[in-house]
Amino acid sequence: MLLIDCPWCGPRDENEFQYGGEAHIARPKDPALLSDAQWADYLFMRGNPKGRHRERWMHRSGCRRWFNVERDTVSHAITAVYRMGEAPPATAKPAATGDATSAEPRSSGDPGQWPAGGAE
Amino acid sequence: MADPSALSPLAGRSPSSRADGAAGALPPGVGQGGVVMAERALVGKLVLRGDADDAGFRDAVRGALGFDLPLAANTASGAESTTALWLGPNEWLVATAPGAETAAAVSLKVALSGRHASVTDVSDSRTVIRLSGANARDVLAKGCPIDLHPRVFGPGRVAQSLVARAGVILHQVDESPTFDLYVVASFAGYLWDWLVDAAAEFGVAAGR
Repeated sequence: MLLIDCPWCGPRDENEFQYGGEAHIARPKDPALLSDAQWADYLFMRGNPKGRHRERWMHRSGCRRWFNVERDTVSHAITAVYRMGEAPPATAKPAATGDATSAEPRSSGDPGQWPAGGAE
Repeated sequence: MADPSALSPLAGRSPSSRADGAAGALPPGVGQGGVVMAERALVGKLVLRGDADDAGFRDAVRGALGFDLPLAANTASGAESTTALWLGPNEWLVATAPGAETAAAVSLKVALSGRHASVTDVSDSRTVIRLSGANARDVLAKGCPIDLHPRVFGPGRVAQSLVARAGVILHQVDESPTFDLYVVASFAGYLWDWLVDAAAEFGVAAGR
């Protein structure tokens, strides 16, 4: 069970929150220019790193605000909490874990960087 | 809008009249601590939204309500007759005396006309369970993940959280302690019965 530090309400139990998936996935400015593969990549493909992961949470049973959390997907340690629209803390840069199978988190908003068929 | 003749969600309930028909006679010990439960029926409720950073908005609300909105997260301001509870950085719940919500809404709307703000009457969405007595905190602690220790949570504090898995707006009114639980109408009967059951070991009595 996680103890999540809501930017407004302070530390609260995980079951007050709703998970919102990977953060910082920017919607393409002009979707009409994308191929189906690029659009599908934007819609469905996520980084799934082993290690630090920036993700969105919403305080569903509390103040109902969305915010960002940086969480280690191995240890569940939460290393940063920051509001929507704020830049991720520089000190909390997602780090490669040294595991060859772990991909760097994708630079979102750059659809089409994966080859068709998926390298993973 | 609360109609004076309307039945509140918990009309007819008392700690000794359980919905499940179980024997619910008041245990001994009432009056020597224990827990007191009552419904504050038909309290008027308005959701007020606006820009807390706009001094004009804050002044207009102060003019209409007679007190400042709470700007710190999870706090309350005002008095028993009219209370403002912080729900979000741009959202408050204004609780009024039964029947006073329409006049309060009108005065807020007049004061806020021309501003990017909204006032919505949500009086019938929730009802209020008032829980007091020396063991009120112990009862809540059985089902609420919030730290209610007086060091952390005291009079004037508000929390939106879960009590027995039901979403509530929790407001500590005074030090005795007295808590107001704003619960959605359809959950009120369930939460009432859960509270009676949780409070039974301390002795539970009907309040005013």
